[in-house]
Amino acid sequence: MTDTILEMSSITKKFPGVVALEDVNLTVKRGEIHAICGENGAGKSTLMKILSGVHPHGTYSGQIVYDGEEAVFRSIGDSERHGIVIIHQELALSPYLSIAENIFLGNERYDKLGLINWNRTNAEAAELMRRVGLDENPMTPVGVIGVGKQQLVEIAKALSKSVRLLILDEPTAALNDTDSEHLLGLLRMLKADGVTCIMISHKLGELIEIADSITVIRDGHTIETIPDSQATQERLIRGMVGRDLSQRYPPREHDIGPEVFRVEDWTVYHPTQPGRVMLDHVSLTVRAGEVVGIAGLMGAGRTELAMSLFGHSYGSHISGHTYIRGQEVHLRTVSDAIYQKVAYVSEDRKRYGLNLLADIKTNISAAGLRQLESPVTGWVNQNEEMKVAEKYRSTLNIKAPSVLMGVSKLSGGNQQKVVLGKWLYTEPEILILDEPTRGIDVGAKYEIYTLINEMVSRGRAVIVISSELPEVMGISDRIYTLSFGRITGEVPIAQATQEKLMELMTKEEEVVS
Amino acid sequence: MNLTDDVDVDGRRAQSPALGRFLADSAQKNGILLAFVVVVIVFSILQPAFLSPSNLTNLVLQYAYVLILALGMLMVIVLAQIDLSVGSVIALTGAVAAVVCVRGGAPWWAGVLAALGVGLLVGLWQGFWVAVVGIPGFIVSLGGMLIFRGLAQLLLDYKSLSPFGGVYYDISNGFLNGLFGGAGFDVFTLVIFTIAVVGFALAQWRSRLGQIRYQQKVTPLPAFVAKLVIVAVVALAFAWQISHNRGLPIILIILAIFVLVYGLVMGRTGFGRHIYAIGGNLSAARLSGVKVQWVTFWTFVNMGFLAAVAGIVYSARMNGAQPAAGNGFELDAIAACFIGGASTTGGIGRIGGAVIGGLIMAVISNGMQLMGLSQGVQPVVKGLILTLAVAFDLWNRRRSTATA
Repeated sequence: MTDTILEMSSITKKFPGVVALEDVNLTVKRGEIHAICGENGAGKSTLMKILSGVHPHGTYSGQIVYDGEEAVFRSIGDSERHGIVIIHQELALSPYLSIAENIFLGNERYDKLGLINWNRTNAEAAELMRRVGLDENPMTPVGVIGVGKQQLVEIAKALSKSVRLLILDEPTAALNDTDSEHLLGLLRMLKADGVTCIMISHKLGELIEIADSITVIRDGHTIETIPDSQATQERLIRGMVGRDLSQRYPPREHDIGPEVFRVEDWTVYHPTQPGRVMLDHVSLTVRAGEVVGIAGLMGAGRTELAMSLFGHSYGSHISGHTYIRGQEVHLRTVSDAIYQKVAYVSEDRKRYGLNLLADIKTNISAAGLRQLESPVTGWVNQNEEMKVAEKYRSTLNIKAPSVLMGVSKLSGGNQQKVVLGKWLYTEPEILILDEPTRGIDVGAKYEIYTLINEMVSRGRAVIVISSELPEVMGISDRIYTLSFGRITGEVPIAQATQEKLMELMTKEEEVVS
Repeated sequence: MNLTDDVDVDGRRAQSPALGRFLADSAQKNGILLAFVVVVIVFSILQPAFLSPSNLTNLVLQYAYVLILALGMLMVIVLAQIDLSVGSVIALTGAVAAVVCVRGGAPWWAGVLAALGVGLLVGLWQGFWVAVVGIPGFIVSLGGMLIFRGLAQLLLDYKSLSPFGGVYYDISNGFLNGLFGGAGFDVFTLVIFTIAVVGFALAQWRSRLGQIRYQQKVTPLPAFVAKLVIVAVVALAFAWQISHNRGLPIILIILAIFVLVYGLVMGRTGFGRHIYAIGGNLSAARLSGVKVQWVTFWTFVNMGFLAAVAGIVYSARMNGAQPAAGNGFELDAIAACFIGGASTTGGIGRIGGAVIGGLIMAVISNGMQLMGLSQGVQPVVKGLILTLAVAFDLWNRRRSTATA
């Protein structure tokens, strides 16, 4: 037994034409929480895929020593037998199966006849759930519990496999602050139990808070491994992007014009549960050249607000008024909204933003296709389409060899730029951005902030919805807080503090006398 | 920066010479075309009569309906839907035409219009349930399969109704020939095919010039010319053969127009783009302003229309309507689409692919009949081909994306 549980040395992994990892070294001490950070596409996931046997032994060069022995993993099964479990960012749970069934999926508890022993399954599941602090009935279907709890189910599943080295890829990306706190607490508890953790995350503050040491990877190379005591956000960012990002938010001239968009008494009911009010008399305004932030916790109605405004794409029994430049408009369908120069970039680009089967070009032209159709024949001018796509590829700095490349092959940040390109091509006056930087790296975030600045400098009005308070405060001119479907405050940026916003964001409905 | 994510076939091929890249690319993109060529070669070796003038002519006359159905079915499948009712609609529309023309003694065009009208009504009916009410197309058309089959039987009183004769019969059995005479062959056929080949070459050249004007990568000139030459040789050889039989089948002209129009609709119009967008990601399409209900509705209406066209073509070919006509044709059309590279989950598929898929089905059926294989063997072979073709396509696609 040594102090080191894992030593990956001189790992080089080549894909045809590209070297994904070159001479990467990673040393993880037994019982520590080891964080890995780097931009999207830096090679973090590839490294973890090598460790967990997704890229089998022999497809890379270099050596992995795990628990004092050279590890030769040919499949995920191999690595799992050695107690290495990886939890992917996109959870691999079956929504219609119960928590207990998911925990023991592929690892079922049988009785003597070879049938599933449900008593044992549920009892063992309950025990594992107690360990991870998941207070639910083991027979509840996974689909009805929240993302935070689903993450706990994944960890319980890992524990059921006697995990010794747990790899988490962006575990808190989809979680709110409370759930994230709980998860991090759980990781500390597992550490106390002797489980080693490798965690990939973009949330630098969180990494510094929880990790014992942090390895920075950039462009397929290990930059450095920093003990927690010496880690600062600035140092990590410098390592990740190879330069100083003196400011995380690009500076902007504030040149605010007249009101462009006004919402009054916007009330929206749940689409399927009658009588459930999701948004309650929401009113807000946005002016030309202004970035308005909407801050709210998960479930406050942020996305519901954006989608209901955008062509009634969410909700039922919608009432209220919308005005563009003082004129009342009715945005009943998405086409109406596009016609009125409103654009909405969804928080979930894979689900709501992209056609993952299609290429960059087709995705960029999807919303503004009418501009490419010949008024006479109705044919799409494909040459012009290529030109448009090329234009957005270069102006948005989408990293791809060609606009004919499938968007499914792009990294998250580049996918997000494709979605932005799609909406910029509709030439919007009012741009609603829902979590525009979720799951993308620091460098791409900066580029997107720069783009927002460019939009407002051309007199457009931008609404940004974000759950990251520093982000909302970093880019907005004015912030509305949303809580339980109501606007609970309007704060000019000069007066905004995280504490004040958080207080407004958690404000419960006032008791109506 | 995106080291892992940017890996793709283009990156790998960047070093290889242009022509080599083009060939590798073509092989990958046109896997199904290669499969078609192989099938044709196999049958022409096994049964030399396969490429004879009379058999090629028969091939066109006999299987036109599959191709017409496949055009509409492809659109439905790309939309991530399915239509199981088209076989029954063939029976129903054929029955309607027969009732109008044979029983009622009305002129041929009245029968055609009545059949097309019924086809549109069928499309409106199914489109309503799928697009407006939101029932999956599988269920709606499963119901339709029973409803329209039953209606066809009631209309025909469980008996076949024939003969059409005259112009109606000529839709699927008539020829345009002798217009320019010729010594033992039909000059008119050759003229039409020559015009078509020249038109094709000009269109390709224009599109190439457009691409160059927009500074896009184009296929290298030798490969471009080679492709045109191959197309011209194959088309003219086919024309030469059929001109030695009965000349230019009317149905071939009808078929060519339909393939051209639907190829343009799917490849070049906003409507076609919207079908691909819906099949690729329904929610994203809706949030991009695609009128999902509207597109779905008209795709089903169009399928009803094309099923009626196929019904007319088939009843004309049979010179009568039978209550059991079109049984299982929906599966031929669906198979044609999948052999032609359409995805079972929607969003992927081309008109050209569906046409080649349909041709593969036609060639296999025809070839086996020529060889005199027994009734039981034929479906077994067809089923195997369907499975293997899709397996091959899957393997081909995995190979091309087997990187990250």
